[in-house]
Amino acid sequence: MTRTKKSTRAAQYAALAAYLVFLAFPFLWLISTAFKPARELGSLHPTWIPEDPTLDNFRQAFDEQPLLRAAGNSLIAALSASLIAVVIATPMAYVMARHRNRVSKAATGWVVISQAFPFVLIIIPLFLILKNLHLINSLLGLIMVYVVWSLPFALWMLVGYVRAVPAELEEAAAVDGASKVRTFVSVVAPLLAPGIVATAMFAFITAWNEFFFALVLLKTPEKQTLPVILNRFIGTEGVADLGPLAAAAFLATIPSLVIFAIIQKRITGGMLAGAVKA
Amino acid sequence: MTLATATKRSARGVPGQRPTDHGAWFLVLPALIPILVLSVGPLLYGIALAFTDSQSGRTQPTQWVGALNFQDLLHDTLFWDSFRIGLLWAFGVTVPQFFLALGLALLLNQPLRMRWLARALAIIPWAMPEVVVGIMWRLVYHPDAGVLNETLSHLGLGEGKDWLTGTATALFAVIVVGVWAGMPQTTVALLAGLQNTPRELHEAAAMDGAGAWRRFTTVTWPAIKPIALAITALNFIWNFNSFALVYVLTQGGPGGRTRLPMLFAYEEAFRYGQFGYAAAMGCVMVAVISVILACYLVGRLKGGDES
Repeated sequence: MTRTKKSTRAAQYAALAAYLVFLAFPFLWLISTAFKPARELGSLHPTWIPEDPTLDNFRQAFDEQPLLRAAGNSLIAALSASLIAVVIATPMAYVMARHRNRVSKAATGWVVISQAFPFVLIIIPLFLILKNLHLINSLLGLIMVYVVWSLPFALWMLVGYVRAVPAELEEAAAVDGASKVRTFVSVVAPLLAPGIVATAMFAFITAWNEFFFALVLLKTPEKQTLPVILNRFIGTEGVADLGPLAAAAFLATIPSLVIFAIIQKRITGGMLAGAVKA
Repeated sequence: MTLATATKRSARGVPGQRPTDHGAWFLVLPALIPILVLSVGPLLYGIALAFTDSQSGRTQPTQWVGALNFQDLLHDTLFWDSFRIGLLWAFGVTVPQFFLALGLALLLNQPLRMRWLARALAIIPWAMPEVVVGIMWRLVYHPDAGVLNETLSHLGLGEGKDWLTGTATALFAVIVVGVWAGMPQTTVALLAGLQNTPRELHEAAAMDGAGAWRRFTTVTWPAIKPIALAITALNFIWNFNSFALVYVLTQGGPGGRTRLPMLFAYEEAFRYGQFGYAAAMGCVMVAVISVILACYLVGRLKGGDES
């Protein structure tokens, strides 16, 4: 009995180690490449640890493409979109969580269905609409798209957080004669604050990482966001300056990783809560 | 992100409040208007575009052409190639991803020492921009400077293979990346299900002398089945609709071997300016997705009958 148990444990550790290697190695390779001098990148037998680590790639990356500018654009787009999204989504999520009327049913249906849509069917009309409004190659147009694009999951997360707030508090407010809007603003919203922050951070990451809409809507390098600029490192022939490419890609990941590390517990927690209901 | 939990809703309205409170409208409108103007509206507009000859930079007004775009699509072998590739890719990513994620979730549910590390690492693919994931794997697959060929040559398994530009290997190579990129999310979803399985059930089954496999089929699987079904259906749809990862990895090449439907429609719309035609492709994709969703819902309803 104990021997089979021991061998089972050993097999489990071996499997876990294999998973860890699979998950980690591309990222470690990216970091390794980012610190390698050009000479080592040209070598036919690349090594895991750079023999002669250098920061040249980072310097060169900033020289080759307007990375700072792109990061600034990404920051503006992601920050505005995530703030607007939570500000307009929170009240709606409240209604969806607390009422079962036609609007909230339709909204729930829309949240689910919108996950399944191929963006190409949305982006063509949006492109034409934004073109008529002269909002192509404009961050404002992109922000508008990001707000609506991040609403489904923002609503979804927020509905979960609203359900966690005890309804008794609102009843008490209603008994005291507070209106619906008043109850929401002064009773529910403060209790939701941590959930709202987590949702905003998640919306921020998705906008920071987003590529397709930005690729279609932004035309000139001065306006483009980080993912689009990163893609420019890979030339049209697919030939890339590997070192600077790796350096820039590594830098672009850091904000998302940091934010995600902060909110990861809340996201998995939300999934757990969802699983209970499923 | 949004899991299957979508379909079930707890009806916890506040007692004593009528559902038709006009205040509710003020709370809904700020989000409802942008949704209608920038999401529902364009969607309907997009479907309408599929029945027109809309093109970029056209001087004549756009004409209603009926089902012409769909007739053209029917004979467009390139589109059906991309469609087939899209299905291959979606299956190729979703199925191994599910089994790998299930294995990892089962491991992470055990009291093992390196669990925290696996959880921390699982964040990386999830939080990374898809563009960076694509770039990262281009570095791994690189014929000379990549770690994959170097490792293979150490093991004496051939040298200098160009994984992403070889016609035989490209689709396989991008599928591996797709599996890697989507695994964490699936793992976390399944793990959430596992952690909700009552431990007593396991213990009771073990006492009754049930082996590991029997315990899995009788206790674990029924408990996580709803989540497993939902995440698989969603993964399939997301994969079928995916764009950025493969665009960065191969741009659809070599010779269209990895040209997913989204890449094809993107090129048609924004390289060649064929808006109406590309919209028709989008409609066909929606039709396929609706079938998948219908299958999922039927499966879910059946599952509901059993319990």
